[in-house]
Amino acid sequence: MLYRENGQFKTTYRADQQIFPILQDRIAIALLLVVAFVVVPLVADAYTLRAILIPFLILSLAALGLNILVGYCGQISLGTGAFMAVGAYAAYNFMVRFDGMPLLAAMLLGGLMSTIVGVLFGIPSLRIKGLYLAVATLAAQFFADWAFLRVPFFTNNSSSGSVSVPSLSVFGMEIESPAHKYLFCLAIVCVFALLAKNLVRGHLGREWMAIRDMDVAAEVIGIRPVYAKLTAFAVSSFIVGVAGVLWGFVYLGSWEPAAFSIDRSFQLLFMVIIGGLGSIMGSFFGAAFIVLLPLFLNRVPTLLGIPISVSAASHLEFMIFGSLIVFFLIVEPHGLARLWSTGKEKLRLWPFPH
Amino acid sequence: MGSFLETLLGGLMVGMLYSLIALGFVLIYKASGVFNFAQGAMVLFAALAMARFAEWIPRLTGLNNKLIDNSIAFAGAVLVMIVLAWLIQKLVLARLVNQDGITLLMATLGITYVLEGSGQALFGNDIYKIDIGMPKEPVFILEKTFEGGLLINKEDLYAAVIAAVLVALLALFFQKTATGRALRAVADDHQAAQSIGIPLNRIWVIVWSVAGVVALVAGVIWGSKLGVQFSLSLVALKALPVVILGGLTSIPGAIIGGLVIGVGEKLSEIYIGPHLGGGIEIWFAYVLALAFLLVRPQGLFGEKIIDRV
Amino acid sequence: MAERRTGDVILDVKNLSLRFGGVKALTDISFDVREHEIRAIIGPNGAGKSSMLNCINGVYQPQQGSIQLRGRTFTHMNPRRVAEMGVARTFQNLALFKGMSVLENIMTGRNLKMRTNILQQAIRWGAAGREETAHRKVVEGIIDFLEIQAYRRTPVGKLPYGLQKRVDLGRALAMEPQMLLLDEPMAGMNVEEKQDMSRFILDVNDEFGTTIVLIEHDMGVVMDLSDRVVVLDYGRKIGDGSPADVRANPDVINAYLGTVH
Repeated sequence: MLYRENGQFKTTYRADQQIFPILQDRIAIALLLVVAFVVVPLVADAYTLRAILIPFLILSLAALGLNILVGYCGQISLGTGAFMAVGAYAAYNFMVRFDGMPLLAAMLLGGLMSTIVGVLFGIPSLRIKGLYLAVATLAAQFFADWAFLRVPFFTNNSSSGSVSVPSLSVFGMEIESPAHKYLFCLAIVCVFALLAKNLVRGHLGREWMAIRDMDVAAEVIGIRPVYAKLTAFAVSSFIVGVAGVLWGFVYLGSWEPAAFSIDRSFQLLFMVIIGGLGSIMGSFFGAAFIVLLPLFLNRVPTLLGIPISVSAASHLEFMIFGSLIVFFLIVEPHGLARLWSTGKEKLRLWPFPH
Repeated sequence: MGSFLETLLGGLMVGMLYSLIALGFVLIYKASGVFNFAQGAMVLFAALAMARFAEWIPRLTGLNNKLIDNSIAFAGAVLVMIVLAWLIQKLVLARLVNQDGITLLMATLGITYVLEGSGQALFGNDIYKIDIGMPKEPVFILEKTFEGGLLINKEDLYAAVIAAVLVALLALFFQKTATGRALRAVADDHQAAQSIGIPLNRIWVIVWSVAGVVALVAGVIWGSKLGVQFSLSLVALKALPVVILGGLTSIPGAIIGGLVIGVGEKLSEIYIGPHLGGGIEIWFAYVLALAFLLVRPQGLFGEKIIDRV
Repeated sequence: MAERRTGDVILDVKNLSLRFGGVKALTDISFDVREHEIRAIIGPNGAGKSSMLNCINGVYQPQQGSIQLRGRTFTHMNPRRVAEMGVARTFQNLALFKGMSVLENIMTGRNLKMRTNILQQAIRWGAAGREETAHRKVVEGIIDFLEIQAYRRTPVGKLPYGLQKRVDLGRALAMEPQMLLLDEPMAGMNVEEKQDMSRFILDVNDEFGTTIVLIEHDMGVVMDLSDRVVVLDYGRKIGDGSPADVRANPDVINAYLGTVH
């Protein structure tokens, strides 16, 4: 009864092409943004902000970037951690070596460096596909692991192997408290999500999806696979690079290469798969799921009164994690986003059965 | 010259072990079209089973004969891997029959996590020893040709021999037996194989069991050398470039690829490594495979895929 | 059969040969296609008809021979260049983009004509939005023409075969091609669907003057629709002329019915 589109007729193509054509959706999103920007910083405690919301936001952004490459363009990448690392270390170097470099500029430059590296490692995708490509992207991951550990230039000759950033400020405003950091990340994520959504619903997005679905037919229509694949790598790496900057600068404050290891790459891939391949919203769902799951697993045994050792909990986490991945792939390969849209479909009919 | 040959031999030895792990990959891919990312976790799981069984059996039965204990432990581990193969087939593979490569790959990633978690939960997460009586002393060979001789590890030599025998057995299996032929038919085309009456499910259980046993052998050899610990599953990640180099569908490819990567790694670390700051072993194999792929996308011996429109 | 004003030769295939390893798909094929005509390519299964289209499109590269398109001669075609020169095609096995809706599939056909760059698209407001709307209008016209309005948002994978064929045609039409290569557009259709598809093809040829090269098995359709016919068998040309000529050609009859020894 509530979710009906009765009376919502579109009289222009523009209206039909909106991101949220249904009025109820637009209201819901507006409310969500109000809650996110206004209510949460006032109400949430430092722990929730620092340990849950901020990582959720940053990882959503990274998952968004990865989704563009894997979900929309169909190119597997197992080296996302490396691109986050490139972004983070590049931004760090720009900040440290150039006096007075503003944070936003460093962030964008970090993204740009990540783009360049991303395109470079995307070149193999022009010749190799699928599983072979997946393994090739691992080359990027391991090379980055090594480079940021062994090449002193990247860490500004740090003796400990880790780098840390000074206090952050944007346009003269300090970003110190968890609430400020949260708002900063939220703003960046919203901007990028909008830009990404626009790209994905435009003709470039359709090119990506065409290459994903059937590249031979795409060529016959006049789509250039080289352009489509490399732009997918470029855009994806840019977003992932920016996420890397946020992860290092805002969330961690100081980090070593291990923060961007292969585990991170797998984690992001899981987010994209569980959340939904080829769905902007799915990236957020996936990130939420992956961020909340360990917390949930840690709390539940104590809530149920079952004592469980730390190592046993981590083993259990591994097992449940892996099982859930397999479960999702079997039951809903299109992820939470599909479950969500199926749910909405049912809601449109409610209370009628069909 | 002597040290170069030593490095070469060392590389060959390591390469042989990579080949063993890569073999498991190729077996599964050939027969079920699945890229089994969990192969490394299977090696770890199998090795853990073997190590712990070898410990528990004397405790439970009071038998203290090393040979008997190890044999029973081995048999037990083989059984475990067969049960594992059956479970994977029933719970995962059977339900993902017509999905594409990415989905199956992801599923095996999930299996990896499950195996790593459950392996450690069942068998413990310390470092364990496997002692199957392999001689540990180094030995000098070719003392006449090179001054002082070349130093190689007897254990590595034994391992290479075992691996070679295993590979020969598998090659025979695929070429000469009816089951082997059925496996190759399944690898070519699932539906066609099904339509001529080949029981897909049973074939997959067989293949994953064989791969599991191969993983066990690899795990025992590695574990005997390095001790059984969590990092064993990471070693298996090295087998990926081997498979890429050799071609996903080729057993000889897995062997040659393994040797090339093993030798390449060792040589590059000694001769190129110092100029770059050392530690290049973690990426050398991958970059080598990547470079190779750009020239020959299907690997050394893999099959070219032709798209029909 | 209406009289069409057929023009000059726009496609001239000369001595084309194609091999896959030891398999000779096409041997020394030569024929031409005139502007505005409907040219059928027929022949038993495996005769090389789809391979012929694939060569024209640049999907396969022939080992020998040349293709002259609009006065320019090529030994190798490049799919994008062919598309830019105004040639579109449909596929025997329906190469639709399964992950997209009907509307999105047909919109991909407009790709060559969409000019906004990445930055403009990311912002969307302004040039990119206007361009998207303008092309949407054209695509909606095609959707009306093919009578598939109700299925705009449906993922193509969910549609029945006949409708998918229409979407395939729609995507090709969206390119506003001068020449349309249709690979068995009637395959798997019932009588009514064939009538619909025939009507669409004729309308496209009438209204837009599009040259049509058509692979088809249904002899009735071929005889009714086409101006001229090429017959292939085992990769060789065994007939070329008007439908009536070809129907009476003994080699063609033998190829289809088999020779009596």
